[in-house]
Amino acid sequence: MNINATLLGQTIAFLIFVWFCKQYVWPMMMGPIMERQAKIADGLAAAEKGLKDQEMAADNAEQAIKQAKAEAAEIVAHAKARDTQMIEEAKAKASEEAGRVMAGAQAEIDQEINRAKDSLRTQVSELAVAGASKILGKEVDAKAHKAALKELIEQI
Amino acid sequence: MASGNEVLTSGGYIKHHLTNLTFGQKADGSWGIAHGAEEAAQMGFWSIHLDSMAWSIGLALIMFFVFRKVAKGFSVDKPGKLQLFIESIFEFADTSAKDGFQFANVYIAPLALTIFCWVFLMNLMDLIPVDWIPEAFVAAGVPYMKIVPSTDINVALGLALAIFIMILYYSFKEKSPWGFFLELTTHPFSAKEFGIKSSGAQMAMNAILYPLNFVLEVVSLLAKPVSLGLRLFGNMYAGELIFILIALMFSGGWLMLSEGGYLSGTLLALGGGMLQIVWAIFHILVITLQAYIFMMLTIVYLNQAHEHGDH
Repeated sequence: MNINATLLGQTIAFLIFVWFCKQYVWPMMMGPIMERQAKIADGLAAAEKGLKDQEMAADNAEQAIKQAKAEAAEIVAHAKARDTQMIEEAKAKASEEAGRVMAGAQAEIDQEINRAKDSLRTQVSELAVAGASKILGKEVDAKAHKAALKELIEQI
Repeated sequence: MASGNEVLTSGGYIKHHLTNLTFGQKADGSWGIAHGAEEAAQMGFWSIHLDSMAWSIGLALIMFFVFRKVAKGFSVDKPGKLQLFIESIFEFADTSAKDGFQFANVYIAPLALTIFCWVFLMNLMDLIPVDWIPEAFVAAGVPYMKIVPSTDINVALGLALAIFIMILYYSFKEKSPWGFFLELTTHPFSAKEFGIKSSGAQMAMNAILYPLNFVLEVVSLLAKPVSLGLRLFGNMYAGELIFILIALMFSGGWLMLSEGGYLSGTLLALGGGMLQIVWAIFHILVITLQAYIFMMLTIVYLNQAHEHGDH
């Protein structure tokens, strides 16, 4: 329990140790520790950025899907419209064709009627001449009564 | 006869355990190792405790060796257990220094680390059973061996003296000698604080107050290292003494057993053994706490040494 030179020795040793620690030990340990801390911070930042990117990608994907859906709907609507249009066109064409066929048939019928009428007229005139000759008992000159006959035919 | 003998042996035992291996100039003028506390005391100031120096410096070297070994094998990605342990100590010292010290000084954190670890290691020697190493050295022919450096007042005060030198150095450096002198004289009392307005009265008052301040401040300045050193020394010395007394109790029990006092001998030996365990566990707390206190107070004192102006 005597105070002696140990005191000074201890003081000097301590000061040297502190200097040594500051000079050689502290930086050797704290350097890598700081490095790792920076690395961890970077890693966390990168993870956060990755999460953000993912979120953004998800957003983009959603938007793309939405757009695709809209486009598809548009295409479908377009197709439907075209469909109806085609049907209408076909219908119109068909009715037009039908009309034409009908008109042709009508014209033929009319023609037939006229032809029948014409033949009827000649037959009527012949019949009239034959009937008249029978009644009169003698030959009737058709040519001589041509005007009267024509008038008759025209009345039929 | 037995009791008288026992007191003598107990006394001798304690004295032996509390005596350092002292190297110095003997009464006859030759240099050598003191045999006995009295001879050591006669050697005066220019003698040295070989055991304290060797153990403390040895522990510091082991400490730095481990630190450097870990630092060299430092793995940023895959730290081992030892590395993580050492790292946590470094970060603990770094955090303590950052929390307690508000100025820029690259020495503070390494200083805190050195103090904490070194004082802790020196204190840790207290947990080695008191007889093992001294008895081994006695068997090897070395008369005394005190293995706990922090129970040597020279070691504790030596550390405190180094802190005191740093306090003075930074006080002079940061505040300039004149600023430091002003801080010592104008605090804590000044005429202004007593509400005296006229400058003449202020000067007269300050003429009385400043010397008083100076005395007070110098005492409080000196009290810092003294209390710092004595706190560590006192705690460790008392702890060591109790370990020695417990060891005496234990061996006293065995002595009684050998003399036929079976009941009391068993109780004493068992009690000593139990106490040893309890006190050692308690001491784990004490040695850590003392190292921590020493470190924190050093940081606080050095922070004060850097502080300018009124406070």
